Amino acid sequence: MNRVVAVLSRIGRLLPAYAVLYIGFLYLPILLLPLFSFNDSKILGFPLTGFTTKWYGSLAEQTALFDALKNSLIVAVVSAVVATSLGTLISRAITKHRFPLRRISQTLVMAPLVMPEIIIAISLLIVFLGIGIGTTLFTVILAHSLLTIPFCVSIMTSAFGQFDDALEEAAVDLGETSWGALRRVTLPVVSPGIISSLLISFTVSFDEFILAFFLSGNSPTLPVYIWSQVRFPAKLPNVIALGSLLILISILFLLVAERFRRRSERFTQQPE
Amino acid sequence: MDHKIAVNIANVSKSFGSFRAVRNVNLQLKEGEFFSLLGPSGCGKSTLLRMIAGFEEPSEGTISIGGLPMAGIDANHRPTNMVFQSYAIFPHLNVEENIIFGLARSGLSRSEKRARAEDMLAKVGLEGLGRRSAHELSGGQRQRVALARALVLEPKVLLLDEPMSALDKKLREQMQMELRALQRSVGITFLMVTHDQHEAMTISDRCGVMFEGKLAQVATPHELYQKPNTKQVADFIGGMNFFDGSIKANGGTRLEVELPRFGQLSVDAHGVSDGIGAAVTIGLRPERVHIGSERPEGADVAVPARVIDRAFYGETIHYYLELEGRTDPLIASVTNFERADHFEIGDAVWSGFRGGAAVALPKK
Ligand SMILES: Nc1ncnc2c1ncn2[C@@H]1O[C@H](COP(=O)(O)OP(=O)(O)O)[C@@H](O)[C@H]1O
Ligand SMILES: [Mg+2]
Repeated sequence: MNRVVAVLSRIGRLLPAYAVLYIGFLYLPILLLPLFSFNDSKILGFPLTGFTTKWYGSLAEQTALFDALKNSLIVAVVSAVVATSLGTLISRAITKHRFPLRRISQTLVMAPLVMPEIIIAISLLIVFLGIGIGTTLFTVILAHSLLTIPFCVSIMTSAFGQFDDALEEAAVDLGETSWGALRRVTLPVVSPGIISSLLISFTVSFDEFILAFFLSGNSPTLPVYIWSQVRFPAKLPNVIALGSLLILISILFLLVAERFRRRSERFTQQPE
Repeated sequence: MDHKIAVNIANVSKSFGSFRAVRNVNLQLKEGEFFSLLGPSGCGKSTLLRMIAGFEEPSEGTISIGGLPMAGIDANHRPTNMVFQSYAIFPHLNVEENIIFGLARSGLSRSEKRARAEDMLAKVGLEGLGRRSAHELSGGQRQRVALARALVLEPKVLLLDEPMSALDKKLREQMQMELRALQRSVGITFLMVTHDQHEAMTISDRCGVMFEGKLAQVATPHELYQKPNTKQVADFIGGMNFFDGSIKANGGTRLEVELPRFGQLSVDAHGVSDGIGAAVTIGLRPERVHIGSERPEGADVAVPARVIDRAFYGETIHYYLELEGRTDPLIASVTNFERADHFEIGDAVWSGFRGGAAVALPKK
């Protein structure tokens, strides 16, 4: 018995080292991207040959790349707005009202989170081709909304979970209509959650590959375009440079989202 | 004070499914009075309040405010405002914005609204705190903001749902006195819901006691304490000793009651109209029970007893007395003044009381 405890505690002491290794393994490769983007060579690899910013400078000339970026931005913005709107409504229904099949509908809404994306992609492709709307940015938007709704729902249920229903009643009591109460009280109070939900779903959509690959047709999104360019060494350094910029933007987005999430907690918390 | 009716609640019931939360309540609130609805938690107080505010529709009966029936009028159009149990201060707005929230449709200019807010802030003792944001407020300040926000709309009736329950004891006692003073200064009818009988008795002009959805008694705090209508009310409003006896004679206002083993005494009939021989319960407040080492003189009932327990409350001491022929202990409350006799557990003492101190309790 004592032996087991001793062995376990020795393993326990190794855990921090394990954690550091694990995180290093996950994130160091990502740091290689910015590193190579400043390297004066078309070949991705060591040794580094010299410092340059030309890959960033020549980004502007890549029109196909910019079309893909534009496609991605359209898809990410529209699907973030759609998913956040629907997610907000769903969350309000789940937290405020008791209705038949409430638990089941909650599980259904969260299902895309655990379903293999490739399955969703193929199923949607069959449906879209079947009903004859083909594959366009519009179908990517539909698919990305489906994919990001679970993120929005979990952010918004947590925002509404701490929301005191008496706030809405107070607004009505003070003369507002129920629409006015929503506009002047409910939405402002959960607005940090809404912003955080917009940012998260934007980020998820922006770098999503599988659904976009199957459903984007002739208008590739950025990840799809990058994937198609990886085969051509000449274009690769530009792609790496853009990738580095995107990493930076993603990190900024997530930091901002986290700040809003914290603020939403402070807003809705009841003081003792 | 004139006696115009501010709120008239007539035969109001409320059912949730098959559960009847409020049962056939009749109640009239006078203009300018401070009325408390008192009852144990779950008895339907909040439900009644919410029906007046317009958040629930009565299943039966009618509610009128200022003579106007309220059926079909939504909460946002009723001349009532509410102080919520959680205060429901809007967290994204500062104190001043909270207070002028309800003036949005008043047609007042921005500066007029701010002037009103200033005015209300002064009334509730929050001068200069208009710019404070909601989450920087203490519990007591939140309550004051909630009051100001409701009163600035000059409602006919202010509804308060357990407004003190979020405050600690010391602050609660202070706010009770302030609330009373505020009500007198604005002259608006206040209807407060509470489960704290002490609170209701301290600040109300009149109280209504509710049990299981039914209004058991409506009276002034003094009447409620001296002449409770039922055993349940008597028990809820402070402690009460009960005796079972039978009627020897009924003179209308006075009742001759025979208490087995304790003798015969004359008590306030308090509406008991039963005839000779009928069973009756009488109630006796603990502070009306005499306890001493000598046989009390002039008491209608005097019996030897033994102290079996003692509870110290600071200004009073409660003695639990065992009497022969009585299963419940008789509770005697003694003021703890300087020369008061003190007794130990196990002491043999004399206890007694006068008939005038007891009251007959009608059967429920
Ligand atoms: N919306 C509702 N649906 C079902 N039951 C309710 C509802 N509101 C209150 N009740 C029930 O009605 C009873 C009285 O509630 P309430 O008026 O809140 O009591 P109190 O305020 O006196 O503590 C409680 O048993 C409560 O569970
Ligand atoms: Mg209540």
